[in-house]
Amino acid sequence: MCCTVPHINLGSIDYAILGVYFAFVLGIGWVVRRYVKGSEDFFLAGRSMPAWIAGLAFLSANLGAQEVIGMAASGAKYGMMTSHFYWLGAIPAMVFVGIFMMPFYYGSRARSVPEYLKLRFDEKTRGFNAITFAGMTVLSSGISMYALAKLLELVLGWNFHMSVVLSALIVLAYIFLGGLTSAIYNEVLQFFLIVLGFLPLVLLGLKDVGGWNGLVAKLGPVATSAGYPEGAWSSSWRHLDSAAANPMGVEWFGLAMGLGFVLSFGYWCTDFLVVQRAMAAESMTAARRTPLLAAIPKMLFPALVILPGMIAIALHSTTAGGFLPAGPDGTPNYNLAVPVMLAHYLPSGLLGLGLTALMASFMSGMAGNVTAFNTVWTYDIYQSYIRPGQTDRHYLKMGHAATVFGILASVAAAYAATRFNNIMDMLQLIFAFVNAPLFATFLLGMFWRRTTGHGAFFGLLTGTAAAAVHHGLVLSQGAVPGLKGGFLGTVLHTYPSEMAQNFWTAIVAWSTCFGATIVISLLTAGKKSDEDLKGLVYSLTPRQQDGGMPWYKRPATLGVVVLGLTAVLNIIFW
Amino acid sequence: MNLDLRLPIGLMFSIFGVLLTVFGLLSNPAIYQRSLGINVNLWWGLALIVFGVIMLLFAMRARGAERADS
Repeated sequence: MCCTVPHINLGSIDYAILGVYFAFVLGIGWVVRRYVKGSEDFFLAGRSMPAWIAGLAFLSANLGAQEVIGMAASGAKYGMMTSHFYWLGAIPAMVFVGIFMMPFYYGSRARSVPEYLKLRFDEKTRGFNAITFAGMTVLSSGISMYALAKLLELVLGWNFHMSVVLSALIVLAYIFLGGLTSAIYNEVLQFFLIVLGFLPLVLLGLKDVGGWNGLVAKLGPVATSAGYPEGAWSSSWRHLDSAAANPMGVEWFGLAMGLGFVLSFGYWCTDFLVVQRAMAAESMTAARRTPLLAAIPKMLFPALVILPGMIAIALHSTTAGGFLPAGPDGTPNYNLAVPVMLAHYLPSGLLGLGLTALMASFMSGMAGNVTAFNTVWTYDIYQSYIRPGQTDRHYLKMGHAATVFGILASVAAAYAATRFNNIMDMLQLIFAFVNAPLFATFLLGMFWRRTTGHGAFFGLLTGTAAAAVHHGLVLSQGAVPGLKGGFLGTVLHTYPSEMAQNFWTAIVAWSTCFGATIVISLLTAGKKSDEDLKGLVYSLTPRQQDGGMPWYKRPATLGVVVLGLTAVLNIIFW
Repeated sequence: MNLDLRLPIGLMFSIFGVLLTVFGLLSNPAIYQRSLGINVNLWWGLALIVFGVIMLLFAMRARGAERADS
């Protein structure tokens, strides 16, 4: 993809803004480096973060390439239904992890998600999770970097290799200096920058298309010309009765179960990248409030990240010659929705701020992955299998080395990540294989005392294998067998879209893991006594007492408020 | 942890705000054709200054309270 977009020339004001941002990011790393005295400071920020800081970092760490570029791409490709990633998926999952799971994560004093698995089950379950997770973070971070560099090449004419090296070096510098503290502080800064950098773009775009009503009117022809009912691009639930009636190609059950339950809960509840931020909180209450406080801005994010894509596709259909450049297969290149919008609406000055916001989002995503990677590598792989019993100082040193290594591996992944038109679909696929069965393991592990280590491990393997088998036997419409499915020779079923295929892969993986874990657990004997499982399993852990807190600070009340507001949003945009 | 995060946030956005406001006042109005004729640099610059200064005020008040305690 190249050459169809005229390069934007940045003015000195734009470079000045970018330069100021780099200075602050590195400066924060420099200032907090003196807080890093031991490995827990480096990997868990000394467990000292107030809830609001941990909450914004929780949000920001997830706000990488997949969010800003991928969500706008999905907004253009699928319209308002993309909001389900937030209002059906992320928010309920964040409430669940805050209220029900955080007491075990934080209360067990585990230093990572794989370490929780070791405490709850056994060594092999931890090893499996640690290794797959480490691989996945490097891949995600590589995708982030690839997307950033490709974009800067396309929009600014910057050299791809230079962008990769520059972004990698800056992230490396501030994590190397200040570890998780530095990453978290920068994530909060990046959060504000992303919001305040993209907001003018959304406001101008909305004003241009005549507000929400104007946008809905313009999206009507987009839907009808593609053969869907008129409101298909502007309503979230109305066209979900059959897979043929909406561009996502999925019906309500596949969506609610696949995306809403399995994929979203799998990601938000078990992915160490986000859970690490809550583990860094200063107290149990702060840890439980972290995802809940994060959920409040999260529910407004569709306006910031999905809306630009919807505006772009509306303009695409009403502009002679199109608005988005064509991709290699002739369809609009949805991944370019955000940069094309930036170039279209923002003059020099705000353009610099918008690009800086984009840069910030990539960096926060990448730093999130790198900090999660270096922790899991050092505690769960290196300390457990390679060199146990060393001094804390030794592991701190290893953390620094793992940061360098993780970034080098991401750079390698960036060069490998060039296959898919829609980055989101690719990540969904990875999550479907790895995260979807994992959530079944956690659910059973936390709420069913009888779950055994063998049950968890072999259940996970069965679930992951089931995901691969399902993916290997099905295909989405128009796709060729290979990475996108059907690699087992026969294609048993063809889904209307890649999205639907991924949702069902996740459902199959989760259900298989859930069933297999129960059966194997009943057939094997648990090695852990009730005393061992105290603080790790719901029925053996004392309930959290929140009676002394004012109502607005209680996690349960916060959770109900968040869910209520989300329900209202769903109804407004039904 | 003794770094009050509101300090760098307030400082950074104040700097962005001043840069954009000054640039908005000096720049050629023709460049605002793409932003629907609105001098977005000026207006958004002012908005960022307000945000930045509020952050700084909070940070300063917290620092003052800390000093009063000790």
